[in-house]
Amino acid sequence: MSGLRSFVVRRLLLGALQTVAVVLLVFALTEALPGDAAVALAGDQPDPARVSAIREAMRLDRPAWERLADWAAGLLHGDLGTSLVSGRPVSQYLADGFGPTLLLATLTVALLVPAGFGLGVLAARYAGRAADRLISSVTLAVYAVPEFALGVLLVTVFALRLGWLPPTAVGYGTDLLAHPAALVLPVLVLLSRPVCSLVRLVRAGMIDALASPHVAQARRYGVSGARLRYTHALPGALAPAAQQLARTVDWLLCGVVVVEALFVIPGLGTVLLGAVAERDVPAVQGLAVVFGVLTVVLNLGADLVAHRLAPRAGVAA
Amino acid sequence: MHDDTTRPLPFPALRRRGFLAATGAGTLALAGCGGGSGSDDGGGGGSPKKGGRLRAAFAGGGASETLDPHLANLFADVARAKALFDKLADYGADLSAQPRLAEKWEPDKALDRWRITLREATFHDGRPVTARDVLYSYRRIADPKRAFRAKASLEPIDLDASRATGARSLEFVLKRPTAEFPNVLAAFGAYIVPEGATGFDTAPVGSGPFRFVSFTPGRSAVFRRYDDYWEGAPHLDEVEFLVANEESARINALLGGQIEYAHELNPTTARAHENEGRIGIVRLRGSAMQAFCMKTDRPPFDDPRVRRAFFLIADRRELVEGALSGAGEVGNDLFGKGYEYYAGGLPQREQDLGRARALLRQAGAEDLRVTLDTSPVAAGFTEAAGIFRDQAKKAGVTVEVRTGSKDSYWSDILDNGTLCCYRSGAMPIEAHLSQRLLTDSSTNATQWRHKDFDALYQQAQSTRDRTGRAAVYERMQRRLHAEGGFLMWGFADWIIGTARTVRGVGTEAPANTLDWARFDKVWLA
Repeated sequence: MSGLRSFVVRRLLLGALQTVAVVLLVFALTEALPGDAAVALAGDQPDPARVSAIREAMRLDRPAWERLADWAAGLLHGDLGTSLVSGRPVSQYLADGFGPTLLLATLTVALLVPAGFGLGVLAARYAGRAADRLISSVTLAVYAVPEFALGVLLVTVFALRLGWLPPTAVGYGTDLLAHPAALVLPVLVLLSRPVCSLVRLVRAGMIDALASPHVAQARRYGVSGARLRYTHALPGALAPAAQQLARTVDWLLCGVVVVEALFVIPGLGTVLLGAVAERDVPAVQGLAVVFGVLTVVLNLGADLVAHRLAPRAGVAA
Repeated sequence: MHDDTTRPLPFPALRRRGFLAATGAGTLALAGCGGGSGSDDGGGGGSPKKGGRLRAAFAGGGASETLDPHLANLFADVARAKALFDKLADYGADLSAQPRLAEKWEPDKALDRWRITLREATFHDGRPVTARDVLYSYRRIADPKRAFRAKASLEPIDLDASRATGARSLEFVLKRPTAEFPNVLAAFGAYIVPEGATGFDTAPVGSGPFRFVSFTPGRSAVFRRYDDYWEGAPHLDEVEFLVANEESARINALLGGQIEYAHELNPTTARAHENEGRIGIVRLRGSAMQAFCMKTDRPPFDDPRVRRAFFLIADRRELVEGALSGAGEVGNDLFGKGYEYYAGGLPQREQDLGRARALLRQAGAEDLRVTLDTSPVAAGFTEAAGIFRDQAKKAGVTVEVRTGSKDSYWSDILDNGTLCCYRSGAMPIEAHLSQRLLTDSSTNATQWRHKDFDALYQQAQSTRDRTGRAAVYERMQRRLHAEGGFLMWGFADWIIGTARTVRGVGTEAPANTLDWARFDKVWLA
């Protein structure tokens, strides 16, 4: 296993480097955006004297490298800095936004895995027949619908027309678990696209695996039916699916902006949107660090799973 | 949460205050509510009912929101601030200053000293509102180290010389005569906080109709009725301010019964629901001025003939129909249609391409090319730019539309470019003139700088007599109408959606005025 350990260490080091690079890039990009927090805050009253006073109050008049150095120094002590706009700690922004996003992501994944794998295996089993054709065409069709449109459609039908579910989560704050009905539509929208891509991946992987020599060998030994499919073929199909799953979780955790906006769920995506619009650089930086670390860790996990499931495939680091 | 409902509070006698009667606002039943199935007829529109919680959704400022009333910048901030705090004065529906915490004001002969008498009012912790609180609040706003929005408005006051003359009386010393000084007291963000108050996010204390219960930035703020409010306790037990930035989320939440008040709806949404009876639609007329703004100090607009030609190019009706989806009325190149001192007697300008061409020819500006700056920063901006481009083409003018960044638009267009889309919320005509059209104005987007125009403004400010002042304002407006830099083509409605149970929403008040987003006079039928 020492090979595996050095692989993990290498990946973590690389990940740390990647995170630093992401932060530097984000900093450079926010600096390059037209206008700064003072301009964004001044809004339609951009009285130059007032803008420069805001700039001074926010200490934006210091050179960029000095602000970056300050921020990096704070980061070494685990301090993500304070928001330019409100003066509250950025870590609090993240903590507040993390709960709803994590809840949405968990629920989505909990449904995504059984639905994606189940339908994928089913389609592969009946490849070319009616069930496969139905699953394949429906997933393709749903995949083609943008989230925003799907969300609006679902709200109109299930919330406004039929009245079965609440149209938004407005007023429920972060305590979404107390209002499970409000979660149904957002999770459905979040689920719609990943489930389609996962089904298609699993289906393709399964068909390949079922046709592979080792499954043929197992079949010759008399292994049959479910056992053949789940213990001999499925693991081979899992590797690409696991990596796809990691990317999906990453996408979910990084705050699915559209769904959060549409259903008024105060998660990380909402925090990010606000922070960018207000040029709240420390908040944007804090989010970039968190997203960077999450991406690295999740992909590492996926690669490890893939490594175990299909060692022959090698690991793409 | 509704422990207040069990308390047998006698309903305080409703005094119909003079300014409400005068403006016709106040406790009108909602237009559009009467025609439905009739299920709301139980309480009629008439007598207010006590109790309940109203949930109101606004577009907000996300996780960085604060309850500091002096930082109020967005509509959501102002709505919260006016529930918790009071100003000395506020704007009536015609944008004239109406007394609030200041019971009366009195200038001296020279109009540069104003004696203010405060009414008897208390903060939520029971302390009386005193002259010292007022001075503290104003000094906090004017603090040179801070950048509160109202600072510029309070600039005429010499705060070092101003002093309290009693517990409830004070004298403001001004740097120059200011006949319209009450407008300063009503300025956007000039709220009165208790002396010494600094933090506002955990337990803010104000003298407004509602007291603080809870606040989560970017999500929700719950306030409860303040029973000792000087104007009489609100009808509602509680009001909750919620944040929903997407318009579709606000209307869905309203239709789904999750909220009772949705601020800022699209004209198309309003049209779809106006006669359906599920919700009430309130249109606040004359709320958002829409204009093109010509820089009068540079070619081609330094030639008044070109400006006049542009005035004649615009088909205002088409702009209102196209860019505002019809939800508004045409403008006449003057700010503040229907407000106090508005020069309503000037003829309505119409499109006249022939004269426009002739003027351009006289100015030697045939085959003129100009760049029009726009941005999706406000509703209708990009649409208006496209429509105007087509209209200008008919007069032989090539307009190139340039779309700029949303977040820095207002500062980008302040000194740069030659022609841009512009918008303004309601403010007194005097404030529009002083903030945008004087040589030293802080946001002079048309670069309109004329000594004689400044002198007229000073003359108006040192004229005690109201009719005399109106005459001076009319002269200034005539000049702007003839050759100013603002091509004001329309005034957009501000659209609000309410549940069918909501009563008492002011229907006359433009956004930003006293009766807009005012929840102490609202009740649930």
